[in-house]
Amino acid sequence: MKRPTMLAFGGIVFILAVWEAACLTLDIPDFILPRPTRIALVAITRSDILLPHAAITALEVLLGISISLLVAVPLSITMFAHPSLENAIAPFLVASQAVPVFAIAPLLVVWLGYGIASKVLMAAVIIFFPITVNLLEGFKSCDHEYRVLFQLMGAGFWQTMRLLYGLWALPQFFSGLKVGVSVATIGAVIGEWVGAQQGLGYLMIQANARLKVDLVFAAILWLSLMGLALWVLVGYLEKKIITWK
Amino acid sequence: MLEVSGLTRHFDELCVIEGFDLTVARQGFTVLIGPSGCGKSTLFDVLTGVVPKEDGEIIWMGKPMPHLGKKAAYMQQNDLLLPWFSLLENALLPAKIAGADAETSKTKALALFERLGLEGFESYMPRHISAGMRQRCALVRTLMFEHELVLLDEPLSALDAITRRSLQSLLLLLQSEFDKSILMITHDIEEALLLADEVLVLSRTPMQIMERFVLSEAKPRHISDPRLIEIKEHVLNRLQKELES
Repeated sequence: MKRPTMLAFGGIVFILAVWEAACLTLDIPDFILPRPTRIALVAITRSDILLPHAAITALEVLLGISISLLVAVPLSITMFAHPSLENAIAPFLVASQAVPVFAIAPLLVVWLGYGIASKVLMAAVIIFFPITVNLLEGFKSCDHEYRVLFQLMGAGFWQTMRLLYGLWALPQFFSGLKVGVSVATIGAVIGEWVGAQQGLGYLMIQANARLKVDLVFAAILWLSLMGLALWVLVGYLEKKIITWK
Repeated sequence: MLEVSGLTRHFDELCVIEGFDLTVARQGFTVLIGPSGCGKSTLFDVLTGVVPKEDGEIIWMGKPMPHLGKKAAYMQQNDLLLPWFSLLENALLPAKIAGADAETSKTKALALFERLGLEGFESYMPRHISAGMRQRCALVRTLMFEHELVLLDEPLSALDAITRRSLQSLLLLLQSEFDKSILMITHDIEEALLLADEVLVLSRTPMQIMERFVLSEAKPRHISDPRLIEIKEHVLNRLQKELES
């Protein structure tokens, strides 16, 4: 194991040990703050409850990622091809991020209903921005000399996009995607809190109302693992696709 | 073959080129040498149309043109190989962009790989080979343009002395074997004297031709030739005075 990984692992173990010791020493009841070992046990033994809800949240997140990609990639290309359009759209993009997701979640539920559509859109709204901005900046970061080379070869915009800009921007695209997938669960869970009939967010609200705090923590653990798995998956894809780095 | 007269280009207040005249003979090897920042690369940018000219004429084969555009191949200081493509794919880029027949282009590229000492490295990625080999590959790509005129902007400046020497003989091949007309920028007076049929010594901005040397000595030349030594000393003194003025 590499030193930074060992340090991170050691840090997590230390925090969990202090947490465990504090709960035992101070005799904190499980409905206030359950011990980490208790949370881990619930996360495993109650997987029959957690798994179906996690599957729904995962579906919302994956659909959110897909939709945001379908919108972010063409929009970045359009803004790159037409800088005047970028100037016109950029303020709206920034404004969309300045509005707290909590503020728009009830509206989306009203408009799209209690099904997964509103949650998918919430996740997409959160992921969309880092992907768009990173991809656009990736296109722009292409060296002038390479642009001149393609210009002199007589390449059109789409040829240059396919052979140069698109591949040039891939590292930045993956950086944006990593940020996006890490926070994607936030959108889905907020949507589920506001109004849903399934999903980890819904389960957390239900468990919290019954003072099953250990189940709330177990749901949080599953959410964290889901975000981590997505982050690792994107990192793996990045390594597989960007072989020239 | 190429006649340039009265070429002018400003950048804001700075007049980089003013009333510049130049003639490149068919299958000739003309070298431009001058102080850093005198406008040599700007001249190439104007000739190729990367930057528009403000005044003057560019006459190609007797016909006035706004710029040379696709009439000339342009090899820049850096090899500009795309890291995500193999050497062969890099070399085939001009043909691919022009929509040329893939098989014919590949046959031609492979022949050039063999001629320029890159045989067996076709599938290598740019990061796996030396700077000299990358520059050879860039030379193959330049030759794939099939243009009669080749513009070389300090193509060997980033290489070590031994690699540079071996590539200098390849540049001579461009002229003798591939019947190219060459206009090259260099900072290296010895390189200019070894390769050129004509050396043009340039002033500081606004760029003008201060002196012109016609070299009729047979190639390959040796730098210990008394006439070359004499010209070298003269040019160095002239450039020194120009810098101090």
